[in-house]
Amino acid sequence: MSATTATASGARDFSIGRLLLEGRAFFALIAIIAVFSFLSPNYFTLSNLLIMSSQVAIYGILSIGMLLVILNGGIDLSVGSILALCGVCAGAMMQGLELPWAGVILYMPVWAVVVLTVAVGALVGALNGVLVAFFKVPPFVATLGVMYVARGVALLMTNGLTYNNLRGTEALGNTGFNWLGFNRIGGVPISVIVLAVVAVLAGLMLSRSSFGRWLYASGGNERAAELSGVPVRRVKITVYTISGALAAIAGLVLASQLTSAGPTAGTTYELTAIAAVVIGGAALTGGRGGVRGTMLGAFVIGFLSAGLVIIGISSYWQTVFTGAVIVLAVLMNSIQYGRGGRKS
Amino acid sequence: MSGPMTAQTQGAPDARDVVLAARNVAKSYGSVHALKGVNFDIHRGQVTTLFGENGAGKSTLMKILSGVIQPTTGDIILDGRPVSFANANEARDRGISIIHQELSLAPNLSVRDNIFMGRELRGPLGVDFAEEERQTRRLMEELEEEIDPLTPVEELRLGQQQIVEIARALSVDSRILIMDEPTSALSASEVEVLFKVIRDLTAKGVSIVYISHHLEEALTITDHAVVLRDGAMTAYAPRSDIDLDWIVRNMVGENYDLGSPPDSDRRDVALSIRNLSVPDATGKDLVRGLSLDVRAGEIVCIYGLMGAGRTELLETCAGRLRATGGQIVLEGQEVSHLSIAERISRGLALVPEDRQRDGLVQTMSVGQNLSLASIASFTRGLFTSTGAEKKLIEDSIRTVTVKTSGGGAPIGSLSGGNQQKVVIGKMLATKPRVIMLDEPSRGIDIGAKAEVFRLLADGARRGLAVLYSTSEVSECLSIAHRIVVMHKGRITAEFDSTVTKEKIMAASGESVAA
Repeated sequence: MSATTATASGARDFSIGRLLLEGRAFFALIAIIAVFSFLSPNYFTLSNLLIMSSQVAIYGILSIGMLLVILNGGIDLSVGSILALCGVCAGAMMQGLELPWAGVILYMPVWAVVVLTVAVGALVGALNGVLVAFFKVPPFVATLGVMYVARGVALLMTNGLTYNNLRGTEALGNTGFNWLGFNRIGGVPISVIVLAVVAVLAGLMLSRSSFGRWLYASGGNERAAELSGVPVRRVKITVYTISGALAAIAGLVLASQLTSAGPTAGTTYELTAIAAVVIGGAALTGGRGGVRGTMLGAFVIGFLSAGLVIIGISSYWQTVFTGAVIVLAVLMNSIQYGRGGRKS
Repeated sequence: MSGPMTAQTQGAPDARDVVLAARNVAKSYGSVHALKGVNFDIHRGQVTTLFGENGAGKSTLMKILSGVIQPTTGDIILDGRPVSFANANEARDRGISIIHQELSLAPNLSVRDNIFMGRELRGPLGVDFAEEERQTRRLMEELEEEIDPLTPVEELRLGQQQIVEIARALSVDSRILIMDEPTSALSASEVEVLFKVIRDLTAKGVSIVYISHHLEEALTITDHAVVLRDGAMTAYAPRSDIDLDWIVRNMVGENYDLGSPPDSDRRDVALSIRNLSVPDATGKDLVRGLSLDVRAGEIVCIYGLMGAGRTELLETCAGRLRATGGQIVLEGQEVSHLSIAERISRGLALVPEDRQRDGLVQTMSVGQNLSLASIASFTRGLFTSTGAEKKLIEDSIRTVTVKTSGGGAPIGSLSGGNQQKVVIGKMLATKPRVIMLDEPSRGIDIGAKAEVFRLLADGARRGLAVLYSTSEVSECLSIAHRIVVMHKGRITAEFDSTVTKEKIMAASGESVAA
């Protein structure tokens, strides 16, 4: 997909450099796959690609939410914590909620657990949105605060421990939680399908809905968007809410993959999500970027670190490589937008 | 052609006085030729004014002379020797300074720190603040501005900020000072001070290059006039040989006319502002109990100086600012409590004053900017209709005559006048009943001005109510049926279209000094 846009703009003003610059995330991914396939015979196999993709799914879902926030000109540092909080909430509900006033332990069906967990994530996201849109707290500070609060609540709920038994019991009718993390449809892991559905919906929303247009406009110039009748506050609250809901979905997928939910899950995941969005060519100043780039960014990070593991390189080196890729990506972004923005 | 010299005459008659010259300077961006072999002379101790429409190449030429960009071909000659500047700092070291149209001050820093930004005076104990403050004070005295050197720039009025910018250029002892639209934010008295400073500077042998869209004003200060059109020099003459008509003729290449009030039915009251008051952040009223009616098919012009409350009045009607008292009634219905979006959908649209800050989304294309305010009209169910949007964009481009390669072109590729037409086109696409325009002619050239006014006159003929503000008297006496003068938040006078310039200016609190 990316290749078609790259060649389309290349045809107008053909140059190899321009082609490489605009399709950079795509070419980086191809290069990563080619190099690791050469280094390890196990890398480029269907089963490995699917395993790597199911790991990418978590970051991918988070980074789509992050993309929406970044397009709005904001940042959401709380997604890693929301992921943990929601995982813990799901864990608590699966283990059974004790209702002391009613004297019962409530066991809910899995679908209800999923719906409630996503609602919790959306609620925390909406809190971010209200802080930013109505109380004018800078996004960095508002979501930094919520990041600590959500993590703290997750730790309080479990006393720092982990919920280990999320399989449910046949007799209580709440089995099936591990379906998300373990099952496959037509050989494709459910988590990858969830990512694909989220990506397609987000892509449609950005390119075809009026909300998408509002989002790009208010991220590009909020004052102009407001005077054109765009409900800029509603857009803000919505993107943070969606980001929170997607963090909850990522939390569910992760808890299901691990069949456990711990309060320290997802630490620093928000940074990986930001990195994926940036590698995908979005501008941190808002208004520029897309789902396709972000997905490529998430796969670049995921496939790179998985490849380094497969060829047996120390995890310390993985950190160095990932960092280098991010810096390189930001460098290229500034080349692209710096040139595009300079017009006399 | 008779009279003054025309483009065929190259160079200046008194070549020995030339300090800086451009010879056959051309600049291309890809296939776009911004400048096509221009010759340009700057004379020692004199003011040379560069006239031209937006996109004529004025700014490009100034950026080349001040080292900001390099020419594709051609030479820059300083004191008779060819030079080439790698960047603006090299040019500044040789005594060439430029004051850009957009202010480049750090609002959080004091006047003193802004003036010495990047070249702080060193003393034995780090920066010599006392000496910097002394020099700043002296500069401010020279400019006759009572600004304390320690005031943060953000606390100054826009006009005072411009003075600080000028002071900064003066503080480096420039021999050649380029001023790109220095008066656009200044009040009449501040302009007088600036002109006095310019005369003092030229008396000391400093050469000034002056760019302004305010033609009458520029004529009072200039010694030479150079006219650019489409990247080429069309005319050159000393002040004694030219007049306003000559400049305009050479700029647009034809007779210009901002139009006259259209013959339209003036029907029911479309917009009624009743006893409106708007406070600023400190609670002081910027608009005080103002009442004004605009009828369908009528064009009303609000004339006033900077700070008269025009922008606040219009932004309150649009819904950006909240009023503390009074009513805004659109076609018989109170709209004061509605959001901006609801007011737009009822037919009340505002074209804001500052198109870069409030009008355009720079990251979006021309088409996406044009369709931004009417997304609902091409949304079918959940999704926008690409076909309907394309039609809306093409219709808008045609109605407001935007010169662009198409709806997909980046908004930054358009000239100022065409960008302004995009902002107007965006609001016209919402099919308004009342359109308000805050200084619609700010920073656009005469050709584009005339086109904008023609658009408004056409709208009035179809029954649109038009309310626009301006700070140029000549623009009041064009298409407006009625002219109201605002001064300190109140309407101080109201005239019909037969009024004279002098009467309007007297009512605005402006001195009518010769």
